[in-house]
Amino acid sequence: MSNSNLPNYLEYKGKYKGIFAWIFSTDHKKIGLLYLYSIMSFFIVGAILGLLMKLELIAPGKTIMEAKSYNAVFTMHGITMIFLIVVPGIPAIFGNFFLPILIGAKDVFYPKLNLLSWWLYIIGAAIALSSQFMNGASPDTGWTFYAPYSFRTQSNVLPALIGAFVLGFSSILTGLNFIVTMHRMRAPGMGWFKMPLFPWTLYGTAWIQLLATPVIGITLLMVVAERVLNIGFFDPALGGDPVLYQHLFWIYSHPAVYIMILPAMGVISEVIPTFAKKEIFGYNAIVISTLLIAFVGYFVWGHHMFTAGMSETSLFAFSFLTFLVAIPSAIKIFNWLATLYKGSIVLKTPMYWAVSFLFVFMIGGLSGLVLGAMAINVHLHDTAFVVSHFHFIVFGGVGFAFFAGIHYWFPKIYGKMYDAWWADTGWIVFFFGFLLLYTPMFYLGIAGMPRRYYDYVPEFHFANILSSFGAFIMIAGLVIIIINLFRSAKNGEKAEVSPWGGQTLEWTISSPPILENFEEIPEIK
Amino acid sequence: MEQDTHDHYDHEGSKLGMWLFIFTELLFFGGLFIVYGVSRYKNGIAFSMSAEELDVTIGTVNTIILLISSATIAMSISSIQMKKAKLTIALLSVTLILGIIFLINKYFEWGAKIDHGLYPGSDVLQQFGNGETLFFGLYYFMTGLHALHIIIGMIFIAVMIVKVRNGKIHADRFVQLENAGLYWHLVDIIWIFLFPLFYLIA
Ligand SMILES: [Cu+2]
Repeated sequence: MSNSNLPNYLEYKGKYKGIFAWIFSTDHKKIGLLYLYSIMSFFIVGAILGLLMKLELIAPGKTIMEAKSYNAVFTMHGITMIFLIVVPGIPAIFGNFFLPILIGAKDVFYPKLNLLSWWLYIIGAAIALSSQFMNGASPDTGWTFYAPYSFRTQSNVLPALIGAFVLGFSSILTGLNFIVTMHRMRAPGMGWFKMPLFPWTLYGTAWIQLLATPVIGITLLMVVAERVLNIGFFDPALGGDPVLYQHLFWIYSHPAVYIMILPAMGVISEVIPTFAKKEIFGYNAIVISTLLIAFVGYFVWGHHMFTAGMSETSLFAFSFLTFLVAIPSAIKIFNWLATLYKGSIVLKTPMYWAVSFLFVFMIGGLSGLVLGAMAINVHLHDTAFVVSHFHFIVFGGVGFAFFAGIHYWFPKIYGKMYDAWWADTGWIVFFFGFLLLYTPMFYLGIAGMPRRYYDYVPEFHFANILSSFGAFIMIAGLVIIIINLFRSAKNGEKAEVSPWGGQTLEWTISSPPILENFEEIPEIK
Repeated sequence: MEQDTHDHYDHEGSKLGMWLFIFTELLFFGGLFIVYGVSRYKNGIAFSMSAEELDVTIGTVNTIILLISSATIAMSISSIQMKKAKLTIALLSVTLILGIIFLINKYFEWGAKIDHGLYPGSDVLQQFGNGETLFFGLYYFMTGLHALHIIIGMIFIAVMIVKVRNGKIHADRFVQLENAGLYWHLVDIIWIFLFPLFYLIA
């Protein structure tokens, strides 16, 4: 098969010119790229904030900033990374670009709503980030906005809250769009259980987006009302209940972890079979475990509050369910490994990322079980151990899957190949830096170093130096990766229709795809 | 915007989308109902006492108004299928007017409360306890948010009137009108829950 003669989506001339051809385009592929560019820009901001924190922690005492600035930096790092990057992340970028193609459709069900979601995303981001440029201190509550501090602090929490609320709207609309798309627009012959695994994980994710996000939306609004109108929903001085805030917050924010990780698992489930030259092992098991994760993940939020005061029965139930939700994830790991077993494995850049994903995801998952055990949790609560666990899962999981995805689909998106040597170098540097950055933090947490402090006792110095060094190495890797992809998008060699020999529909159409993806809607046998 | 080929019509799909949106709205208010439940559990007596302050008559009238408006919008959907565009417009207009009356009642109701000094952060409320403050905080927040939904629903209906008049909505293509109806029923149902929680349990 060869590339089509029709103009591809990048060349297509629509009603608008220049930048307007992008920001007013309803083409799902262009919207996917809009998200890619905006999310990558915010990611660089968030990464710099993270680097500043690591620089501060390179030595005990004040190094480059005061305690107050440190509070503001970790708050903005969290808000940017969570609400602007990992929550929309993979669904908004790869979901938008590839969901319609993978199910054999011309676009999503609501193309205009799709564009609106991107606009809401940008507006929400602008509102949230405006808190940096207004009079007064930048927010210092942490990304969790815990009551009662979130309405007592004098800092600019309000724009951050409203921004997060608007971003939630964007997320809900994307999820809604994807669900209807998958229900109504699958190509003729593509039954539910013929759908590739990436769409399946998007399906599970979309339901969580739809059913969990409204809860955080109303909760954030209540905090806004608390600050503006003096209504004491969560203020003990006015009769409210601060622990109730924590419940409502985590009812969303635990499932949000699955909003982040399920699509990542979907990407890995596409990459591994392609490079193992085998069909995925246990397709049904992966689908069912995806839906199980989405479902059980709804009932485990209490494990964030083991030390906040809860009845013993609920402590037990939440701990038990937390262990239970690990099972479907483990099933997936088993399936991926079984796919690799006796496959003729081709080691290319996306595969390196996918295999290292398995590694970091396992460490992240197992350390999560450590935290899910009540007695140990009391010891490790609010320590660097939690930070490390969280970054292994969210940054390790989502980040590595994202890089696997971008190196896998890059030839399709841009119709160009990237420089494999630089891509591999970027990966190994990043991977090494990542491990050096976060592994010492497990030790630090067990040794008792609390999180969210700009200072520590001298005993923790050595491990912190290692960790900060790791941060610099990882950022170096990131720079290599981004520059390489950027240059390749411009000057890379032309890509064939199916450079990796993938079996899904995107590898049957031209690289880059034509305007509505297919010259003829495919019939699935 | 860019391509006209997107202009496909899928009645089932559009309705599915609306239902999904309604789920999110229900969960949105669900969060508030949880807070209401917990607050009431902790301040039972104060909540019962405060409910006495609310005007059951206006509440009842507003409930009846919304119930009738739900009926009229449902009838408008039937009439568009029977190709009676004029009747559809008339029924939608009645729905719209009922929405306006609801808001006017709400305006006077809130106004009277505020005149008595019953609003969050007021001196009067400060003399009462935390429970009363919380009750009125929730009352304003929840009924206010509901009123906001009424306004959104009214805009939705107004757009429908224009579209029926333009012939964009007709007997073979009326899913948007149906969706507007679904949304209006949602607003109605939320009120059906708010009414007893605030006005009747005293
Ligand atoms: Cu959790």
